[in-house]
Amino acid sequence: MSAKTNPEVIKESSMVKQKGMIAGNYDRLTGTKESGEKVVSTFVPGNLNELIMCFDMVNNLPETNAIQNGMRKQSGGMIMDAEKAGHSEDVCTYVKADIGMMGRGNIAPNGKPMPAPDMLLLSYTGCFTFMKWFELLRHEYKCPTVMLQIPYQGDGKITKNMRDFVVKQLKEEVIPMFEQVSGVKFDIDRLREYLKNSAKAEDNLVWVLESAKNRPSPIDAYFGGVYYIGPMFTAFRGTTDAVEYYDLVRGEIEQRIREGKGPITPEGDMKEEKYRLVVEGPPNWTSFREFWKLFYDEGAVVVASSYTKVGGLYDQGFRHDPNDPLGTLADYCLGCYANNNLPQRVELLEKYMNEYQADGLLINSIKSCNSFSAGQLLMMREIEKRTGKPAAFIETDLVDPRYFSHANVKNRLESYFQMVDQKRSGASLATA
Amino acid sequence: MECFVGIDLGSTTTKAVVMDDKGQVLGRGITNSRSNYDTAARVSKLEAFIDARLSLIRRELDKEPAVAGRVDEIIDGLTRNFRREQFIEQLGDLEQTCVANVEGPRFAGKEKAIVGALTEVFRRLREEEADKLFAPDAQRKSDFFRDLAGSRFMQIGEEVARANGVEFDHLLHMYDKSIIEVENRPPSADMNRKFRSAMERVRGEMSSALDTAALGAPIDAALDIEMSERYVVGTGYGRVRLPFPKEHIRSEILCHGLGAHLMYPKTRTVLDIGGQDTKGIQIDDKGIVVNFQMNDRCAAGTGRYLGYVADEMNMGLHELGPLAMKSTKSIRINSTCTVFAGAELRDRLALGDKREDILAGLHRAIMLRAMSIISRSGGITDQFTFTGGVAKNEAAVKELRQLVKENYGEVQINIDPDSIYTGALGASEFARRAVVEA
Ligand code: SF4
Repeated sequence: MSAKTNPEVIKESSMVKQKGMIAGNYDRLTGTKESGEKVVSTFVPGNLNELIMCFDMVNNLPETNAIQNGMRKQSGGMIMDAEKAGHSEDVCTYVKADIGMMGRGNIAPNGKPMPAPDMLLLSYTGCFTFMKWFELLRHEYKCPTVMLQIPYQGDGKITKNMRDFVVKQLKEEVIPMFEQVSGVKFDIDRLREYLKNSAKAEDNLVWVLESAKNRPSPIDAYFGGVYYIGPMFTAFRGTTDAVEYYDLVRGEIEQRIREGKGPITPEGDMKEEKYRLVVEGPPNWTSFREFWKLFYDEGAVVVASSYTKVGGLYDQGFRHDPNDPLGTLADYCLGCYANNNLPQRVELLEKYMNEYQADGLLINSIKSCNSFSAGQLLMMREIEKRTGKPAAFIETDLVDPRYFSHANVKNRLESYFQMVDQKRSGASLATA
Repeated sequence: MECFVGIDLGSTTTKAVVMDDKGQVLGRGITNSRSNYDTAARVSKLEAFIDARLSLIRRELDKEPAVAGRVDEIIDGLTRNFRREQFIEQLGDLEQTCVANVEGPRFAGKEKAIVGALTEVFRRLREEEADKLFAPDAQRKSDFFRDLAGSRFMQIGEEVARANGVEFDHLLHMYDKSIIEVENRPPSADMNRKFRSAMERVRGEMSSALDTAALGAPIDAALDIEMSERYVVGTGYGRVRLPFPKEHIRSEILCHGLGAHLMYPKTRTVLDIGGQDTKGIQIDDKGIVVNFQMNDRCAAGTGRYLGYVADEMNMGLHELGPLAMKSTKSIRINSTCTVFAGAELRDRLALGDKREDILAGLHRAIMLRAMSIISRSGGITDQFTFTGGVAKNEAAVKELRQLVKENYGEVQINIDPDSIYTGALGASEFARRAVVEA
């Protein structure tokens, strides 16, 4: 699971900065042949960016590549290529987009070919598709693979045992493998420095996400949210760039609150805030703008979402801790949203519903993501029961354009918003 | 009197319901959606107002002792003769349009002969067919002008063409070109004249058995009531194409929920299988939607799927159910995939399975999909209401009853003969509430 920004949507200076950061990272990635830098492929949830930086390696995230291809309307063809090559229709479309991309020369958004990874760092937080995915990549690249096993929070708790187990792996397998592939000796003080940057940026990120408690909310915590979390969840956490970026965003949002403004949308400031929603599940990327428009046209703003927590539940108090560098990395991986069990997910959504004073819960169920989608209907019922607020269910896909039906989604959303209206006016309407 | 109108623009038919300020349904109207939603909305609304007028007439007649016990018959006569008037009016329009369309190089020199033939065809349609079509016990296959006029036009046209030495093709060409124009032109709204002349015919038909003088006053009284359209709410797939402001539009999910509630106040679960999609809706004791689920972008299990099957089997949509009812053997059909419907059917037939058995299996497969959508929306609680076009299909209903029983035990299943109007009914109630309860 992953997050990336939506180009050309928001033109604030933070956006310009983020765009530059992303472009810079792709240039760095595609320039490793000349620079001699080493590349590690890894996943977004529970990624160890600070650790990777300690070995001067570049971080390549196949999920974000798939998202980039999805937003640039390239993923459909890639997915079909992968299906022609024998990958099943129902499998995670990030995987197929990634595999299809390789078949088409593995071209990065800057038009240059992606380098082959020197190492695969497999941390499978919550999603078992990750394992199969990297099995396929290992088969292709024949590079060393190190596996970081993250125990699933089956009981909803992180125990000392689980933490120790992750730390042990970091010490005995992950770090040695990094040293071997990169030729750089591990320096724990360097890691502490990066972790300090992370924590600083995390404070501001949380501030930004929580600004949605205002009325009107100055941000959209789902569509806009993927933009705010971008640097934190991808290749930038731990960098000074990320720290500066979040400073900038925070300033911009403070300004919006002062002016009593709603969120920025691709068509300018959102006018009236009519519905406040909590959204569960990843967005659709191939029709991102259209999808978003279905919301802001109706005056619906997302005040909290679980998707923006796939790369860390910072708003629930976690911060990277420079004083306990390896332990904190373990906590981070163990605590990602995708690694939480169903009761925890329900708990979190309920909390959001209350704390953000939402009118309802919307679930976007992703056709090809079994990890996220399992149990979602159950979660929905439970939230309805606990909060008495209406919930709705829509179905799309991540990056497979064949699974986005505009008319269908629109129909459901409109019905849902009207349902919320009806609930609100409740008794007065109900005298038939 | 103030009237509230709900219009449901479905993908195949458009329905309208007219309601009074007390929430009483006055009239219902239906028409083909065709390609023109605007016209479809206008025509269905006009039809509903005609029906509403008949309701008003009935109300007045019910108060008249002299016609006691004969009201149904009178209303039936009025309806029939009103339709006849309408038919003749539309024939006139069609004739004019056909005649105006006789032009262009292809017909050069033959215009006079063609116009002559057309005039003769329409004369016969008007003078001979109208009476037959609307005679007291005539069976009409359809109430749509296109169907009524079309079949007879073909037959008479051929005879006339032969007798007059005109190519039948030419007549057909005029008809094809004109019928769409006429269809897209709502009939004139001058209802009272048509009702009055219908009344005269009813008097003629019934004079021996009834004091027909007693008819005049109540009918006049009913025709004098002015019906004004106070508020309209649109729903259905075409709703966004209507020239309505946004607050006059409600999603069909809400309208079906409310409509089903009005028909059956105790209903808690509603299944609607329409042409485009299948919806499982849960409503509370006030008719407010508390949850719903619908099929994803895939058309499997919707009315459209049955359309594909009918095409594939070269049958009419309405013949599928009756044939499936003849099945004696149960066949399991695995896919309701529209893409594979044709292939699977052909395979089955090649294997020697009978058409009725295959069809029965298909109906079951569709209902299985529907059951899954319902269960995702929260399952079935007493009472359960089935609406939408497929509710008219007896084979589908049979499978549904069985599946409901297997999965949920004894549950009351409601299927209203007017279920096709459920969405429009809900919409009209929304319209009423927007004014009366605002
Ligand atoms: S299956 Fe879902 S959680 Fe797993 S990689 Fe794919 S999108 Fe992410």
